[in-house]
Amino acid sequence: MNAAPVKPSVPKPATGLVALLIATRKGAFIFKSDKARREWKIAGPMFFGHIVHHMVLDPRDRRTLLATARTGHLGPTLFRSTNLGKSWKEASKPPAFPKAAEGQKGRVVDHVFWLTAGHASEPGVWYAGTSPQGLFKSEDGGDTWAPVAGFNENPMYAKWTGGEQDGTPDGPKMHSIMVDPRDARHLYLAMSGGGVFESVDQGANWTPLNSGVAADFLPIPNPEYGHDPHCVRRHPLQPDLLYQQNHCGIYRLERPATRWERIGMNMPKKIGDIGFPLVLHPRDPATLWVFPMDGTSVWPRTSPGGKPAAYVSRNAGKSWKRLDAGLPRNQGWFTVKRQAMTADAHHPVGVYFGTTSGEVWASKNEGEKWSCIASHLPHIYAVEAAEPTL
Amino acid sequence: MKVLIPSPLRSYTGDRSKVEAAGATLAALLADLDSRYPGIRFRMIDEQDAIRRHIRIFINGEQVRGLEVPLRISDEVIILQALSGG
Repeated sequence: MNAAPVKPSVPKPATGLVALLIATRKGAFIFKSDKARREWKIAGPMFFGHIVHHMVLDPRDRRTLLATARTGHLGPTLFRSTNLGKSWKEASKPPAFPKAAEGQKGRVVDHVFWLTAGHASEPGVWYAGTSPQGLFKSEDGGDTWAPVAGFNENPMYAKWTGGEQDGTPDGPKMHSIMVDPRDARHLYLAMSGGGVFESVDQGANWTPLNSGVAADFLPIPNPEYGHDPHCVRRHPLQPDLLYQQNHCGIYRLERPATRWERIGMNMPKKIGDIGFPLVLHPRDPATLWVFPMDGTSVWPRTSPGGKPAAYVSRNAGKSWKRLDAGLPRNQGWFTVKRQAMTADAHHPVGVYFGTTSGEVWASKNEGEKWSCIASHLPHIYAVEAAEPTL
Repeated sequence: MKVLIPSPLRSYTGDRSKVEAAGATLAALLADLDSRYPGIRFRMIDEQDAIRRHIRIFINGEQVRGLEVPLRISDEVIILQALSGG
């Protein structure tokens, strides 16, 4: 990227309450803490019975929430709240692919999987990623959505995205849509499957960005695309710094370089470097957390050995430390999905994750000690830490 | 004509299980239904105009598979969700 090398100043740590936006298979919940992050009040379920894959606070006004929803029977839609979830209004035109020409098979959005607020200079702009893979944009705060033709109708779309089998068991997904805080035209996205892609013209054209990333499930070495990034994060203070938790390891890339470096090889060999989520420290670009899972044999996708633990690196992946204090010592067989781990902006940073077995775990000291703040929720898809205005 | 609405879609109809809509075909009737209850159509009909996998539509007791079905004013349209879930 040719963006000016302006290094933003490190923001002061947050001091207010934290809201955890929790999306589950049976609805959404909002957990609000006190300022000390000791007590949590739970609101919800919202959209009870709906499959909610993602709920996100608009960082530009810190009051608007968007949530994706569908049910097992009803088609996909989106809801928007401008009062932090007290009331919701459905999108009048949810993401949908164009109607196919007569005699041709058209694509159908199964569910909206991912939401990203647009650039600070573009209030009202949102991006959504769907299953099957599709990129959609709203310019009116999430009320009406249009396909981004530069991606969805790209002549390479079918090759980039593969087929229905090239994705997760409940459908291939687009996720990790990221807008450069220096330049609204500069976007990244990721797909399971497909890989990481970059656009420098606000989505009109896209380039694969997967060099150096393993794809050992493909028959060809070093493919240009077809990879399986599970979660990609860009550091807010160093927008040229990307981290990736992939189906085949943990990676780091500092642009303008284009070759990812596998930093997961420094994880303990018994644990490996497979997982779904990856979380960044809001003020320290060298600190990141992952939550490893078992990617051996038939891929159980649960914590290795039934002993759940997060791992943190304080030096950009050169070394890793196990963080399991407070977590089950054994017989813990849950999975933490790719959007289900997050960090707040306090000091020390609070780290949170939700499990497929419906537990929410919190640490207010950067993972040194965990406590379970909720159990018996439905299967958790996403947890986002936010700082709403009151 | 009368249209019976299943419980998952009644959030659109003010909780009414039976509503009125008009149209010479099922496609026209669903368009009219959507104009009265915005958003209801897309939850049961996808962007390729196919009835969603877990939605069933019956006209006078007969299940229909497509939208280009002629309707008479005396017809009864029943929308159901399929017996599936989890």
